[in-house]
Amino acid sequence: MDFISILSIFVMACFVGYYVVWSVTPALHTPLMAVTNAISSVIIVGALIAAAAGGSPTAKWLGLIAVALASVNIFGGFAVTARMLAMYKKKER
Amino acid sequence: MEHAAPPAWVMLAYLISGVFFILALRGLSSPATSQRGNRFGMAGMLIAVVTTLITHEVAALPEILGAIAIGGGIGWVTARKIAMTDMPQLVAAFHSLVGMAAVLVAAAAFLNPEAFGINGADGLINPVSRVEMGLGIAIGAITFSGSVIAFLKLAGKMSGAPILLPLRHVINLGTLAAILGLIAYFTVDQSPWIFWTITALAFLIGFLLIIPIGGADMPVVVSMLNSYSGWAAAAMGFTLHNTAMIITGALVGSSGAILSYIMCKAMNRSFISVIAGGFGAEAAASGGAAKEQRPWKRGSAEDAAYMMQQAESVIIVPGYGMAVAQAQHILREMADVLKKQGVSVKYAIHPVAGRMPGHMNVLLAEAQVPYDEVFELEDINSEFAQTDVAFIIGANDVVNPAAKTDKTSPIYGMPVFDVDKAKTVFFIKRSMGGVGYAGVDNDVFYMDQTMMLLADAKKMCEDIVKALQH
Repeated sequence: MDFISILSIFVMACFVGYYVVWSVTPALHTPLMAVTNAISSVIIVGALIAAAAGGSPTAKWLGLIAVALASVNIFGGFAVTARMLAMYKKKER
Repeated sequence: MEHAAPPAWVMLAYLISGVFFILALRGLSSPATSQRGNRFGMAGMLIAVVTTLITHEVAALPEILGAIAIGGGIGWVTARKIAMTDMPQLVAAFHSLVGMAAVLVAAAAFLNPEAFGINGADGLINPVSRVEMGLGIAIGAITFSGSVIAFLKLAGKMSGAPILLPLRHVINLGTLAAILGLIAYFTVDQSPWIFWTITALAFLIGFLLIIPIGGADMPVVVSMLNSYSGWAAAAMGFTLHNTAMIITGALVGSSGAILSYIMCKAMNRSFISVIAGGFGAEAAASGGAAKEQRPWKRGSAEDAAYMMQQAESVIIVPGYGMAVAQAQHILREMADVLKKQGVSVKYAIHPVAGRMPGHMNVLLAEAQVPYDEVFELEDINSEFAQTDVAFIIGANDVVNPAAKTDKTSPIYGMPVFDVDKAKTVFFIKRSMGGVGYAGVDNDVFYMDQTMMLLADAKKMCEDIVKALQH
């Protein structure tokens, strides 16, 4: 992919993000932060590439540590979001 | 080696993963759809990870699975055990990990560019990739050190008071200019010293940016760091030409930016003034000396119980003090007793109540308060005029009428609850000595219809519940 196509995806995604986030109800802003935190750990993709590759042992170890850190976030972020969301209940009536 | 285009199905898989992340945020538009949204998020992540693993030659699978198991285990256990009142510091801690992961990935890409396919024909790293990498490591490092400071302040391991260095604006702007200059120079010279200097300066400025910011401005800081963690992921997505990372980075980046904007607007302050820091420090220093003594009335738990039983409607305004006292459960019990006696009870939440966006809503949800009894500022503010009792628990600046009338007040222009229009006001506060975060006195204390309930919020609610049941 050339730089311009990537940039196009990025710019469009910023607009999507803008509209999607404004539609989030303020009551769920804390879960929003927790879940965005979990999904920003998609950076694990880069960490996996570094950890998987041969060539530089230092880069491999940096990658492995990054995989571990991102995993804390992924599991922790989604689990804590699920825990919070399960608490939001309507009036029983 | 130029970027070899990956097979179409791989690009498609990352695209689906990105779309699932959009759906995850979309689900949060209502509590009813939010849990499904969260599952979309998990599915998106699984797709991204599995796709990456099966499309690369993996030389170290056991180590990778081990790293995922260790990190995942720590994350899972933390998420299960953490108290809801500690959520702001948990989120700050998680942000720091994203920042550090971005730093490590960028560093690995610099040390082993072949693995990332970012080398040009001349064997050097592509200049465009160098900019992306430089931005990625800089934003990641700022996110890391900034979030560590935010975490320490929120967890009470470091004073929440602003720490003001002399010449801090000059130092900050100089450091920032140096980082940008070095990133530009990095495109013509890829010497390691430039890369590591960028990293070191970015760690430094993250630290410098957050130490002058006080505790109650943390909602803005946490949102801003949330945004940065997104931009860091996006920068690395550019390096890797990865759609899932770019879409996610843009989503998270806009999300944090919008939350910061909402928080600033709710305080009627500019983003720049929050980031410049030091708010409240000067006002508190000057306000201490010349404070006039004005008469106020002290109420008891029995007074509060009696008045609320007689009332038709009660609006509860919770603030950070409720979180500190862990009073949300007993508060809900109090509301339950009142509701059984036919009183209408509603909760009013200010956007900046607490230490992060939505903090009060989560605590009330934890205490099993139904979310349809909880209202936002603009939806409930007109009701105070027809309300018998406004019950303020651990909030202060968000009910201060000076924001509407006193042009010299540091909080002038901030939207506040019109509690002064309610027939009776009960104000739970630990003592008359302290003032709110902004360091300004509150006229609500001295109104004829106000009774001050001076006690720990939890203890006071317990006493009110006892009095109600007699």
